[in-house]
Formats: sequence, structure tokens, C-alpha cells
Amino acid sequence: MANPMRIRAAAKEGVTEVRVLMSHVMETGQRKDSSGALIPAHFITELTAKHNDKVVLSAQFGASVSTNPYLAFKFNGGAKGDKVTVSWVDNKGDSRSDEVQVS
Amino acid sequence: MRNALKLVAVAVAAVVVAGTATAQSTADDIAKYREMIADGNPAELYEMQGEELWRTLRGPKKATLEKCDLGMGPGVVKGASARMPRYFKDTGMVQDLESRLLTCMETLQGIDPKLVIDGKFNSGERKTMDALVAYVVTHSKGDAIKVDMSNPKMKELYALGERAFYYRAGPMDFSCATCHGEDDKRIRLQDLPNLTTHKGAAAGWGSWPAYRVSNSQFWTMQHRLNDCFRQQRTAEPIYASEVTIALSVYMAAKANGGEVMTPGLKR
Amino acid sequence: MNNQRRATLKAGGGLGMLGLLAAAGLIKPELAEAAWNKGAFDAKTLDAAMSAMGAGKPMESADVQISAPDIAENGAVVPVGVVSNLPNTEQISIMIEKNPNMLAASFDIPAGTLPDVQTRVKMGQTSDVYAVVKADGKFYMAKKEIKVTLGGCGG
Repeated sequence: MANPMRIRAAAKEGVTEVRVLMSHVMETGQRKDSSGALIPAHFITELTAKHNDKVVLSAQFGASVSTNPYLAFKFNGGAKGDKVTVSWVDNKGDSRSDEVQVS
Repeated sequence: MRNALKLVAVAVAAVVVAGTATAQSTADDIAKYREMIADGNPAELYEMQGEELWRTLRGPKKATLEKCDLGMGPGVVKGASARMPRYFKDTGMVQDLESRLLTCMETLQGIDPKLVIDGKFNSGERKTMDALVAYVVTHSKGDAIKVDMSNPKMKELYALGERAFYYRAGPMDFSCATCHGEDDKRIRLQDLPNLTTHKGAAAGWGSWPAYRVSNSQFWTMQHRLNDCFRQQRTAEPIYASEVTIALSVYMAAKANGGEVMTPGLKR
Repeated sequence: MNNQRRATLKAGGGLGMLGLLAAAGLIKPELAEAAWNKGAFDAKTLDAAMSAMGAGKPMESADVQISAPDIAENGAVVPVGVVSNLPNTEQISIMIEKNPNMLAASFDIPAGTLPDVQTRVKMGQTSDVYAVVKADGKFYMAKKEIKVTLGGCGG
């Protein structure tokens, strides 16, 4: 089970800024462990962010995204108390979905 | 002859100035880089886990840590780590954050401290400790470092810490002071704080524990100190042992009045 | 070219929903996985990645701006932000020329979302970083060199 994300969503002057920190190893598949064996790739491949029920961002990630990925974006609208949900899926089929209220 | 010398001197001065300018602009660029990654410190992920763990029923006694006294009264987390290490009456010891959390885990939850002391970094109960530390130190961010040195035991540990700081050992004959005892020392592009001064100690002590981007790990001060010993090529200190707490007392006392910037973000 | 573009569009459109369904446990993740642009992410050259994205040879545009440091102290975490001032920006992608797999991330920007994203990427060495923007069906790009200082030990 993946660890929770930290999502912050703040509305200001008609624009909501969302900042997300995800807990993920983002293993590239290029590194070797201490015994010299290749560590298999393990990374988030897709992410979707929704404002209430509307998709406000969908993203595809490769293994070049940093460990414990960070993402920031902005959408028009959004008010205090609205729901922002972020979901991801990784290449091993693990997934995580968290939501937060706009502040 | 004299003129030729003068010319050389001017040339040398020019090279030195140019070199300094490059170093300065590199330092500025790196400062810009650090500023850009300062927001969204992945230490926040550890802090979240720690907050959850603080309130989770754990150990043989199935208890939370919500009654843990970090020196500000049971359950008070805000500002606690800014005042640590400190002398605790109930244990009769000076304790740093980790050793105090061990006391709480043992007395409240019945968790054997040996699980942490004899454990391995980044696994088991030491991992739990990482998260708890991240949670606690986040709640002193922005406070002033305020370590009470009036207790005689604190003075005793300061003296021990100072001795340990200058104690040379290992195949390279290194001490902490070899790298951290003078101004303007660097390892490649990293400036090393002079921990014997207030300014250096405030920068160093004030910004650990921290998340390290090079290995994607959150390091407590115990972990940080352990790595200093590793780099000295000396024996690994025992987790939460008196000498590790003494070194923290030494640094924290020098840093007194500086700003708590934890959790830090390091390369 | 046109076929490729259409295929990419189709894949892009299906992404979010499938991903969400998978996240909700409603469908198997492999199904969502199918929408991930494997061709683009596995590409070993810039041209191949661009082509798999349906971008061809995008023209350089001053309306695409990259915000990133000139020097990254550590290649493991390099902040990269992209802002597009092009009307109808639909997609923003970040590519690192000298990485083994150069496409790092691709963002689909629906109407109402600002063409302004920030993330952090790994860089194996000093390299040009490309921002590729799709706006009104056309591709544009900007690039910036980021120097990576490696090495250093301990903390």
C-alpha cells in the first residue's frame, strides 16, 4: 500500500494553485543494487487531478521524474471547501488516491 | 625588476578577482537552485507519517504517544525540539529528541528501545523514529533555538561534547573539527559550517534533521552524527548514546538564539 | 504524420479516465497502462521521442518559457517549470536530451487549467532541457541548458 500524498490547494483571486508531493521511489530501472543486480524500474506512469468532478490535469510520467515527485499547477475557479482529488497509478499496478479541500 | 614584479602582482590579483567572481556567481546560482526546491520539501511526507504514528496505538501497551512529554508538558509538540537537548527530571538525564522519544515509546507504549538502538537506519523502528522526528521538528520551524544551559548536567555534557568534537581518531586522524572547525572550508561546492562559531552552528544545527535529495532519505540528527563518524572512518557511535547527545548539546549551545529551519533540505 | 497525431490524441484523451478507474480499483491497472505513451517514454533519441508524441520537428517559440536553475547542485532533483503563452495550449511535455529516456513528463491541459506546470526531474549530466508545447494542434518548443554538479560526499 502506497503512502499518502501531501496535497495543498489554495484559491486566490479566482485561481486555485495545487501543489502535490507524492511518496514514490521512482526507480529508473538503470541502477544496480549492492550485489550488482539491476533494480527493476518502478515509477508512477499516470496521474489525474480533479476539481470536484472535473478533470483539471492529467499527466504521464517517465522514470526521469524525481523520487517523491513534486507537481504544481493552477486552474481557474475553485472556492474554499471545494474538493481536489489526485490519483496516480504506477507501472506495477500500485495506485493511490487522496483528496483535500481547497483553502 | 620592480615593475615586472608589480605587473605579476596585478595579473595575479586579476586572476584571483576573476576566480572569486566565478565562485560567487556559482554560489549565487546554487542559492537560486536551493530556493527553487525549498517549497515542497519531501520531508513533509515523513512529517505526515509521523503525525499519524504519534496518534496510533502501538507496542505491547497499545498506547499512543499523545501523552509524551518532550519537556513542554505531556503531548506538547510545538516548540519542543527548539529547546532540546534538555535536562529531564524524570529520567535524571540530558536527552536529545531521539533519546526522549525512546523514553516515551518505552514508558507509554512498552516498545523496547533496543529495537531502535540496535536497529538499522531506514528500517524497522528506526524508520518509525525518522517519521516521529520529522513530525516533531516541523513544529519548531521558525522558532529560535533556545537551549537552557543552566543545569549542571547540561554543562557537563557541553564539556564532553567539546572534547568529542576535537577528539582525533581513526586511520585519518580526523576529528569533527578537521572539517567543521574553521571558516570557509568546502567539500567541492558545499560550504562546511564552522560549528565552533555561533553563525556556523546556527546554520548547521538549525537545518538538521533534513531530507537529503541525493539519497531521498530523511535523516535525524542521530543519523547525521553517525555519518560524521563514518566519514572520520572511526567506530560507529551507539544510537542515542551519551557522546552523541553531548555533541548535540555542544552544537545547540553554540547555535543558541539562531533560527530553527527544520526540517531542512540538503543535497 | 496525421495518423500518428490522431493516435496520440486518442491515447491522450483516454488517459485520465482509465487512470482514475484503475486508481479506484474498477479496472485492472494494465488497461490504464495501455494508454501510457510507451513509444515516447521508451524513445532513445530526441527525434524518436518527438515523433512518438506526434510532435515532428517543433518550432522554437518565445511564448514557451522554461523556469529552471542554471546550475543544479544535485541531478537527482532538478526543478523545471514550463509556462506557455500560446493560446489553446493543450499539452506540455518536458524532455531531457542526455537522459537515457529523454521524455520525463507530459501534461494534458484541459480548458480552464493554466498552461503553467512545475515538477522536478532527474538529470544524469549537464544537458539541454526541452519544453514541448502543443497548442491549437501545433507543436512548439523552448530549450535551456542546465548544468549538473555531481559528486560530493556525505552531508
